[in-house]
Amino acid sequence: MTRTLLTGNAAAAWGARLAEADYVPAFPITPQTEIIELLAEWMQRGAMAGRIVMLESEHSMLTAAGAAAATGVRVFTATSSQGLLYAMEMLYTVAGWRVPLVLVNVSRGLAAPITLEPDHNDVLAVRDSGFLQFHCATCQEALDGVLLAYRLAEDARVRLPVMVNMDGFYLSFTREPVRLPEPEQVRRFLPPFDPETLYFRAGAPRSQGVAVLGGAQYSYFRYEAHLASLGALRVFEEAAAEFARLFGRSYAPLETFHTADAEFAFVMLGAFATKAKQAVLRLREAGWRIGLVRPRLLRPFPAQALVEALGGLRGIAVIDQNLSTGMGGVLCSEIGAALLRAGARPVVAGYVGGLGGRDIPVEEFFEMARETKAAAEAGRCPPTRLLYTEEELRQTRALQAIAMAE
Amino acid sequence: MFRVRFHGRGGQGVKTASRVLGTALFHAGFEVQDAPRYGAERRGAPIFAYVRADRQPIFERGVIVRPDLVVVVDDTLLTLPAAAVLQGIAPHTLLLVHSAQPAEALRAKLKAPGQLVTIAPREVAATGLQPQGAMMTVGAAARLLGVVPRQALESAAGEELAALPAKLRQRSLALTLDGFDGVEAPGGPVRELPAEPAEDYDRPRWIALPFEDARIASPTIYGAGTSMLSKTGLWRVQRPVIDRERCRRCVWVCGTYCPDNAIAADAGGYPVIDYDHCKGCMICLVNCPSHAIAAVVESQAREAAAAGDAP
Repeated sequence: MTRTLLTGNAAAAWGARLAEADYVPAFPITPQTEIIELLAEWMQRGAMAGRIVMLESEHSMLTAAGAAAATGVRVFTATSSQGLLYAMEMLYTVAGWRVPLVLVNVSRGLAAPITLEPDHNDVLAVRDSGFLQFHCATCQEALDGVLLAYRLAEDARVRLPVMVNMDGFYLSFTREPVRLPEPEQVRRFLPPFDPETLYFRAGAPRSQGVAVLGGAQYSYFRYEAHLASLGALRVFEEAAAEFARLFGRSYAPLETFHTADAEFAFVMLGAFATKAKQAVLRLREAGWRIGLVRPRLLRPFPAQALVEALGGLRGIAVIDQNLSTGMGGVLCSEIGAALLRAGARPVVAGYVGGLGGRDIPVEEFFEMARETKAAAEAGRCPPTRLLYTEEELRQTRALQAIAMAE
Repeated sequence: MFRVRFHGRGGQGVKTASRVLGTALFHAGFEVQDAPRYGAERRGAPIFAYVRADRQPIFERGVIVRPDLVVVVDDTLLTLPAAAVLQGIAPHTLLLVHSAQPAEALRAKLKAPGQLVTIAPREVAATGLQPQGAMMTVGAAARLLGVVPRQALESAAGEELAALPAKLRQRSLALTLDGFDGVEAPGGPVRELPAEPAEDYDRPRWIALPFEDARIASPTIYGAGTSMLSKTGLWRVQRPVIDRERCRRCVWVCGTYCPDNAIAADAGGYPVIDYDHCKGCMICLVNCPSHAIAAVVESQAREAAAAGDAP
């Protein structure tokens, strides 16, 4: 097992290569393009078997991905932001076909205004599509996540497409040490895909994704997909246990960091959670009992594990790198609902930050911890805070003056 | 933890240089994180890259606000506010500048609070980009950290430059090692800044964002021609210069081909280049039927202008 420096994009491409994906429908978009460039290069020089095809849009790309998966081959694809949303219709459709494939989404904020830098509104916009969602915080997770995703997607008890999400720039273009597993070992974890009933062929006609009217059949298929997704939590745990045995790296649906004796915790998704770890260590040096909880799986939602990790705490600061306009942070409301239904009542302080790649410096984590503690002492959940500083508004004002928007 | 920030221009090999340092530190047994930072810029635009290295897992990401070492591959960026080269530098920060100017003079000019070390350029390439400068500078940066063995740097440069043609690779490798051998820091190697304590920190000056109506709060630029305020001419590393003797005043040719609309006709019908916005792409030079446009290295053109000679 070689340990080498890889970007998140290269790590994801290695995941597809080691999974021996047969077919890669592709379309370029920043900050994802490096993934398909690498796969194209490897396939061109014969380092990777399989076929990469450039489609004319992400909508066609997802259609091709779903159709190919229905024939029983192993499919990999990747996109980002606007591209993911352009494919929106087909995300729901291929999930409804109940075909397994793995899509890497490299998160990037959505237009308008247009940006290249990350937040999670793209991946959360497709939250309810039927795709399972695995969220990465390191480049290693981007590689391992792809392997785990295939196990999950192809399991007969699941058979749903899986999305592996990583943050643009902060992972996609950032190199850090990654252990590259040996192909032989990966084959033991992920044997060739057994498509069972997936053999869509011209010579064996069948109707796929049929029309149903009246609601009863529609509901049946939707409910079944939901049940398969819920059941995927257990399948994930099984796969992760085997992964840990083979590769020595453990992936619970939730990552917990210094939570054993914690009174408080930060809760967040993705690569910015790495910054929260730094804050946790510094705060602990100053006497705080604080930790971090980071969901790796968002769909299926690990509600029970979240309640177990957070239910007994005095206060939690949920930091959403997304904004549901007119409501607040998506993760905060989902966690709030899970805690309420379980009868657990830590004080929940909601924060929205990191939109369009806005930095969250360590001082802001310290301040969020301080506010959450004060809220816990007062016994009241504070209103959601949108992280923004005086200096940021001053900079915006200077640009507005140029734009004559005054 | 070592926090190193690289500054240069697109096309100068800054990303490659930062990767050479990242890989060298990785070979020296460090945990490493390296990344380039760019948006929609192109050749010649200021870009930066960063490298972090620690003996334990790194729990930081993104921009480096408090660098221990700032590596400047192109000294024309020092006076360019948009490049933000001096952002967050503190008394412990070591500034390494690829420049022919003497270190003490440069330090005084910049009012740098800490140590400043220069490494002199070997030559200026005709393209004005000096891509070899990045390699020499990264060699020097590795030396200044005081923790990278020469052998680790050599093998890192070999790996990161593997895709180059053999001759260029060998030359780049030699320059990297020259940079390593040819630098000294009288004030000692780069010092790591201790972590900020959680008891005593600068509290963020958060505000409750006021509601503003959509006329203000929509991403609309109401003023016309505001892109004139963005001096993209600062990206230029080569300057097109028109020879009036040869020019046949067919300004519709160069003026039409110019992708930035930076060429207009003067009263006499001669083309005039708007150097505030010419990015130096040289498309005008390629298309000029009478070969009346020459490419001059921008830094030399500026020096000549400062000395009173016409560009």
